[in-house]
Parts: sequence; C-alpha cells; structure tokens
Amino acid sequence: MSPVDLAAMLGWLVLLSLFALAGGLFLLGVDRKLAAHMQARIGPPLRQPFIDVAKLLQKENVVPVNAISAVFHLAPVIALSSSIVILFYLPVGSLLPVLGMYGDLVLVMYLLTVPALAMVAGGFASGSPYATVGAQREMVTMIAYEFPLAIVVIGIAWRLGAAGFSSPFALGTMAANPIWTIVGPLGIAGLLLLLLVLVVVTPAELSRIPFDTQEAETELAGGLLVEYSGRNLAMFYLAQGVKTLVLAAVIVAIFFPWNLSGFLAMPPWLALPADILFFLVKAILVLFFSVTLVRVGMARFRISQVVSIYWMYLTVIGLAGLLLLMADAALPALLGVGV
Amino acid sequence: MSDESKKAPYIVPIGPNHPALKEPVMFTFEMEGEMVRDVDFAPGQAHRGIEWMGMRRNPVQIVHLTDRICGICGVSHTFAFARAVEQIAGIEVPERADYIRTIIAEFERIQSHLLWAGVAAHELGFDSLLHLTWRVREQSMDVIENLTGNRVNYGIVQVGGVRRDIVPEQHQVIEDCLTTYEGLLGKLLNLFLDDKTITMRCRDCGVLSKKEALELCTVGPTARASGVNVDLRQDYPYAAYGDLDVKAILPDQHLGETHGDVYDRIVVRLLEVGQSCGIIRQCLSEMPPGPVTAEEKLAKLLAVCKKATGEAIGRVEAPRGECFHYVRMDGKEAPHTWKVKASSYSNLMSWIPMLRGEQIADIPIIVASIDPCLSCTDRVAVIRRGEKSILTKEDLHRLSVGKTRRLQR
Repeated sequence: MSPVDLAAMLGWLVLLSLFALAGGLFLLGVDRKLAAHMQARIGPPLRQPFIDVAKLLQKENVVPVNAISAVFHLAPVIALSSSIVILFYLPVGSLLPVLGMYGDLVLVMYLLTVPALAMVAGGFASGSPYATVGAQREMVTMIAYEFPLAIVVIGIAWRLGAAGFSSPFALGTMAANPIWTIVGPLGIAGLLLLLLVLVVVTPAELSRIPFDTQEAETELAGGLLVEYSGRNLAMFYLAQGVKTLVLAAVIVAIFFPWNLSGFLAMPPWLALPADILFFLVKAILVLFFSVTLVRVGMARFRISQVVSIYWMYLTVIGLAGLLLLMADAALPALLGVGV
Repeated sequence: MSDESKKAPYIVPIGPNHPALKEPVMFTFEMEGEMVRDVDFAPGQAHRGIEWMGMRRNPVQIVHLTDRICGICGVSHTFAFARAVEQIAGIEVPERADYIRTIIAEFERIQSHLLWAGVAAHELGFDSLLHLTWRVREQSMDVIENLTGNRVNYGIVQVGGVRRDIVPEQHQVIEDCLTTYEGLLGKLLNLFLDDKTITMRCRDCGVLSKKEALELCTVGPTARASGVNVDLRQDYPYAAYGDLDVKAILPDQHLGETHGDVYDRIVVRLLEVGQSCGIIRQCLSEMPPGPVTAEEKLAKLLAVCKKATGEAIGRVEAPRGECFHYVRMDGKEAPHTWKVKASSYSNLMSWIPMLRGEQIADIPIIVASIDPCLSCTDRVAVIRRGEKSILTKEDLHRLSVGKTRRLQR
C-alpha cells in the first residue's frame, strides 16, 4: 500500500470515527425523544446527549479507594475504541467497509464482545458490590445472547455460500447481494425469524430494558457504571452511542443493504450524502422497533429469565430459521431430482 | 451455576439512600450469587420528633402536625388523632362532617394507590406505566385541591369536624373524577395484570403466607393480599363507614385464588381504587345536611379540650393499613402522651420472610410492595453520646413496663 493510499485511508478512518461519535449520540437523542413521546412526555431536546457528554467531560473523575486504578481507567478507553473500530468493518450507506479486506462478519461478532468485556473488567475493577453483581450479570447476559447471534450470522452466511458466492462472510458480499433477493418463499420465512432473533439480541447488546439487568437502575443503582464519573463515564456513554449505531449498522448491513443511489440516478457528489442520510433513516427505524418500542412497552426481566429467553426461545426460533434457510437452498435440487 | 451454593456469601448493602428506596432505610443483604440468603434492615433514618413537638402543643395545633406525619396519607393521621381527642373530650362529630371526612379519606386512598402503582411499575423498569398512572393520578389530586384547598397536607380535618363543607357545585367535579376513574380502572387492571412481563416478575415473588401475615400482625393491603380478611372500615366502622357497605377486598375475589405475592398486592390496591370510587359516590348521595363541625370557634374548642382528661385510641384504615393514635390528656393544654403507630410500622417486619430466598432483581419491587412509608414509621432514634445504639427486645420490654407504671400513677 502506497503512503498516499495509507493517508487517504487514515483520513477516512478519522472521518468515520467522528461520524460514529456524532451519529451515536444523535441516535441516543432520537431514542430518548421517541420514548418520551410514547410516554406522553415532551422529552429532552435531540442534542441532549451532546450536552450530557460535554458536561460529563468537565466533571471530576472520581476513582474509588478500593478500585484497581489501571483497569478502572483502561476499561472506558477500550470500550469506546473497540466500538468505533467495529464500524470500520461495516458498510455505512453506499460507503463500503473501509477495512473490509481485513475482516468480515465473524470479526465483527468477536469485536462486539469487546466493549462488553471492557465494561465487565471496569465493573470488577470498581470494587463495589453493585458493580460486581452488574459485571457478573453482564457476563451471563453475554453468554446468553452470543449463541442466537451466532446462529443468525452463520445462517445468513451459509445461505449466501449455498447461493454460490465466494466469500459469504464478507460484508461487501452482503451489501452487494441483498439476502432477500436470492432466497425463495421458505427462505424469506426463515430470514424473518432470523431478523426477529437479531432484533431481540440488540437490546441485550445495548443493555436496554427489558435486558438491562446489568445496569438496572432501581436494583443496582447503575450496576457496572455505578462508580464511574466524569471523563470515564463520558467515554462509556459515547461507547453506548457508538454501539447503538454499530448494532443498527449490523442489522442494516445484513438485512436492509439497499441504497438510495441504487434506485435513483444522482450525481456522485450527491449520492454519498444521500446514502448516508438514508442509512441513518434505516438505522433509526431499526432502533425504533428493536430498542425504543420494546423498552417503553416492557418491564425488566430477572437475569434468570434473560438466560432462559435467549437459550430456549430465541435459540429455537433461530434454529427454525436456519432449517428453513437450509430447506430453501435444498429445495430446487430436490425438485430437480423429482423431475 | 450449580456450584453457587459453595460460594461464600457476600454482603450487599442497600440504603440508606438508593434509587430503589423512596425513603431512607438501611438494608443489609447476605447474598449467595443472585439469591438473598438473609436480610436485616434498620429504620430510624427519618426521625423528625413530631410526637415530641406535639406534646408541647394543644390538640387544635397538633392536627396540623399530624397532617405532616406523612405526605401521602395526611388525612388518615389527622383523622385518627382527631377521633382520639374527640373521644376523650366527649365531642360529638356532626354526621355531615363524618361523611366529608370519609370522602376525603377515600380520595386519599385513590391517589395513594395510584401513586404506589406507578412506583411499582418504575421498580420493575416499566417507566411507561409510571408516567401513565401518575398522569391519571393528577385528577384525584385536583379534586382534593378543589375540596380542601391543598394538594398535600390537606389541613381539612379539625377536632370536632372538618374545616370546609362540600358545596353542591363541587359534586359535579367529584362525579367527573369518579366517572373517569371507573372508566380507567378496566384499562389499568388490564395493563398491570395482563402484561406478560409484569406477571413474570410479580407472580410468586415476595410471597407472604397467610400464617406469616397473621403472626407478623400485618395490616392493610399487605395483609389482605395474603388472604387475611382485615379492613377497619369493615371490622370496626368509624365515621360514615357504619352506614356504608364496605367489604374487604381480597385477591381471590378477582382471580379465585390467593398467592400472597406481589401480584396479589397489585390486584388488591387496584381493586380498592374502584371500591373507593363506589364509597365516595354513595357518600355523596347519602350525605345529610347540617353543620360540618361541632364547635366553630377555635377558642371554645380549645377550652373543651383543655378540660378533658382520659385516654383514647383513634384507629383509621389508611391507604397502607391501620393507622393508630393513642392520646392521653390530663386536663392540661398539651396532651400528656401521644403515640403514633403508622401502618408501615406493622408491615415492615413482613419484608424479612418476603425477601428471603428471592433474587436481587426482586428486591426493589418486594420492598416497594408493602408501600413502605418510613417517615411515618420512624418514631424513635436512640443516640447516646453521638453514637447510635440498638435496643433489644428485653430493653424495650423493660422500658415499656416502666412507662406503663408511670402512666398508671
């Protein structure tokens, strides 16, 4: 890679990081506003998360006496940076993944666990019983939702592979070939089930109600984050925003990869901003149904209920979706034999 | 997680300040994994010395202190205190005043139960329901303001009667509010009782068996949810309740069975909102004309109270259960003794059997399920040389024997 290419790529990465931070906070603001309206409240202004972060950055950064200082400080940095890095491997609008040639959806799956692990480390390092309980719960939640998440990823990639694409796990492949267009009716039913699984995994990834047991305000007073303040808390808050954007981008990339420029002819200078705006609209829609609507309509589960929901119900739904996809791929061949 | 029982228990302190607690109380939980192995609690963080203040004032002044014992059940305390003083001084309360007191008390029950329902929803992480119930609660607050002049600390009950009449124009306001609530009740019952997540979290959680409820002398909705048929309005009618047909609300009336869990406590409280609407409507139609106070002139009332000697107990079914005031007067301006037992005092001990064996996640809703009111409950805090000390059962027994001897003298 030539130095010019490298510089261009670094430039893109910086721009994308800024987009991730701003877009994430914007999505948090949209979520709060929509939730408020559904609860018959006015709600905070859209820029409230930006104000919150600006305020937190000015506040004192308290470290508890019995905290492990190094881990305590490192955790928010890792959480924020790893969540931004995930976005480099995901398509944003018509912009293909910047680091797409270095990693695929499997890497994204692994990276998604890093912010959560950083929070667990930070929680255990806080030296507070609330944070410890929160960290334990976060680990249990992670173990619970990883399996259904893996089923979705593998199911979709397998179907792409069965359709004859060379690198089925690459997000570029998924973006170029919307999965809905290559499957039959059985496959569409299977995809809907997998979409449902991914939508239900999202609130747990983002620790939102009903799967926010690790932070549960009324039980653990903030759980994992109870001891964090000031700059560290601001970084976790930013990471939360970026993770929100990333999760939406994952769902959009796998299930709704269409771009505006694919339907409407427009000059190139307009295409990218239009596609990014369209991407944000898709992200907001996805978040509305998977996070906002769910969190205003439900009570928090117990941690034991979270585990049984993911391991029993969602795993069964995911496997059913997987079977339907397999049947869909096998059906033409079977019919061919019959004829 | 099978080897969880081998883990050493660890201590989780909750309180005195914690988002799950609306008022300060100190819990010490001995945990095993996510399970509560044992629990202890220490109230006494909100002691304000109201009885001490009262014993330096006369009964006409004290009714305004009793209003402030509790922010939610203000009228119940005043009501109970006024009934005690009226018995000692032999004051006959006019019938119309009894009806007005009943109406205010029932409105208080409506707003208290709706407030509680919102808090319960919040403890479960269901904030939409919190916002909904608190919004509909506003109408009862508005009616209370219309009737008494205040949203909280109503200041309407006076020894010998009430300080304001309900005029015919206000009937329509009350009627509108009752119609709204009766229309809403079905929706609220549906939202709380048919919601899958609420059922998952509240069914068979924080169970208090009927036997335990009786042994711990629980009162009010906490006892009724465990199937104990107690309600002062039915067992020991006061004010206008003798003329009305009040039957204690038990969970099996709605569902055909009693579990004694958090869910049943929601059932009882929500159904009581509907019952209160019925009681108010009946009071409005049957309210006799006449004066609303036995003695309008406060100076004359005070003179009557000053002469009074004797002791009496005032009992009122507050929204949270029986509210109990003991007053002893000995012909002086201030009462010789005044003892308040708020309903939460009887209910707090039921936390221990409810919480044992439950999960951390259920602590907030179980703690909230008895609708604890700690500022009403905290009547004493023992501090010696700047240090808090705890009195054992033997100490308390010795002290109460001594006190009884002194009172008998």
